[in-house]
Amino acid sequence: MKITIKEVQRVARLARLELSESEKEKFTHQLNDILEAMDKLNELDTENVEPTSHVLAIKNIFKDDEPSESFSLENMLANAPEKERGLVSVPKIIE
Amino acid sequence: MASDYETIIGLEVHAQLLTKSKIFCACSTRFGAPPNTQTCPICVGMPGVLPVLNREVVEMVLKTSLATHCRIAPFCRFARKNYFYPDLPKNYQISQYELPLAEGGYINIESDGAVKRIGLIRIHMEEDAGKLFHGENFGDPAKSYVDFNRTGVPLMEIVSAPDIRSPKEARDYLLKLKTILEYLEVCSGNMEEGSFRCDANISVRRAGQSGLGVKTEVKNMNSFKNVQRALEYEALRQMRILDEGGQIVQETRLWDAKEEITLPMRSKEEAHDYRYFPEPDLVPIMVDEEWMERVRRSLPELPDDRKTRFEVQYGLPPYDAAVLTSYRALADFFEDTTKLFPKPKIVSNWIMGEVLREAKRSDEGIDTIKTSPSMLAELLKAIDEGLVSGKLAKEVFNEMSTTGASPMAIIKEKGLVQISDEAEIEKLIEETLRQNEEQVKQYRAGKTKLFGFFVGEVMKASTGKANPQLVGAILKRKLEG
Repeated sequence: MKITIKEVQRVARLARLELSESEKEKFTHQLNDILEAMDKLNELDTENVEPTSHVLAIKNIFKDDEPSESFSLENMLANAPEKERGLVSVPKIIE
Repeated sequence: MASDYETIIGLEVHAQLLTKSKIFCACSTRFGAPPNTQTCPICVGMPGVLPVLNREVVEMVLKTSLATHCRIAPFCRFARKNYFYPDLPKNYQISQYELPLAEGGYINIESDGAVKRIGLIRIHMEEDAGKLFHGENFGDPAKSYVDFNRTGVPLMEIVSAPDIRSPKEARDYLLKLKTILEYLEVCSGNMEEGSFRCDANISVRRAGQSGLGVKTEVKNMNSFKNVQRALEYEALRQMRILDEGGQIVQETRLWDAKEEITLPMRSKEEAHDYRYFPEPDLVPIMVDEEWMERVRRSLPELPDDRKTRFEVQYGLPPYDAAVLTSYRALADFFEDTTKLFPKPKIVSNWIMGEVLREAKRSDEGIDTIKTSPSMLAELLKAIDEGLVSGKLAKEVFNEMSTTGASPMAIIKEKGLVQISDEAEIEKLIEETLRQNEEQVKQYRAGKTKLFGFFVGEVMKASTGKANPQLVGAILKRKLEG
């Protein structure tokens, strides 16, 4: 096993996901299968292959520094469960 | 106690870049708009959107990196920093991690009269988060409120090496960095408004000890003065703990400017695990020699070079040169004035005195003051030609800095033209001597220190307008002749 149920729990907590016991089991198996598939790929000889960080072989795609119209306030706040005076209202954050 | 320890400081600066639009979308970065009116699906991270990098962000960070002697990475990319916080709508911040745009530069500061080099570990690009308002100050105390206008405003993170050895050096480093960014026109450098923010890592160790002590991170210092004070407090706090045989806890502490102490930040114990990974929505950036060279050629004269030139070209003392070049606009003001009135030290005195005083009164500083270089030069010329006395010239300055009127117009309108007519001055002197016969007798009997009294009386009689040199010369002749 490459990954244990404890690690799945930790990743779930970091991602704010609430998993049932059976889901934890299921994902542990699935993630192990994925990692094993990676091992299969690792068998390939990549000695002379350039590493890539992106699926497309393109670089330096930019936009110009030109401001334009933003979303309307109404649209912006349409998905906010709670709002007040143009602001999104959330449970209090203590720091 | 403090002398037995060495303080080690490294600073992390977040500088908002002065682009017109955000880093990955076209929303405006203008400060002060109503909440959430400068947002769009890209900067609030709605599903299916695609960020595209603002070219100007790369240009500005390249400028900064070259001006601070960094190595530019030929290949760099963005990474996702994952965490949950209400001011971060995507639940990740697009930043740079293992491949930043620039590494390994330095900034020179002055320390105990010598030049000291503070290393830079890296400079990278990232996006700013939104702004949170807390309930106590706004509406319901059980709530926090989010404004996403700042979300996606471009930031440049500049990380110094742990080369700083005192809180004073930390402040000097920040001021120098701010000046450089201001010269490059990439950041306003305003700490109070949050466009230039600083976090510090600080530890202490006993003199002679090798290896670093346990450090703390200090945040929430929102002025240059506060950085110095917070670090002074924190260094002393750590020394006391060690003196009492205790141990420093590695933690993040917040500066409380009102109480003038640092306090541990209340946060979850869980160690941060940002699970960085390469940002799949953005393609890599490759800066070639040609691009670098073009940016290098576009760099303005930088503060250190300009200061040296001011000393050599204008014969200014190092102190004057340092003050004048600490703001680009102030240095420009000096040079523009000197072109019209080529007596650099006199111009420098007036700028460091009257002009800076005016700039401090104005909200926006030197850029928005009413006095222009040509107005100051005109006034200095008037003094030089004896049209107005140095003392009354200050009055003229105050008037022109409030109204923006030309100095000659003020001098004429207020009747401040200096009296340089000998006959007129003689008349004033004779009148004064007649009214003070007793003192004249005493003076002639040997009480020569009364001379100043007579000068004062004549000046008073002329309402300050008589040419003091002439008054002195004629008075001497009258009293002793």
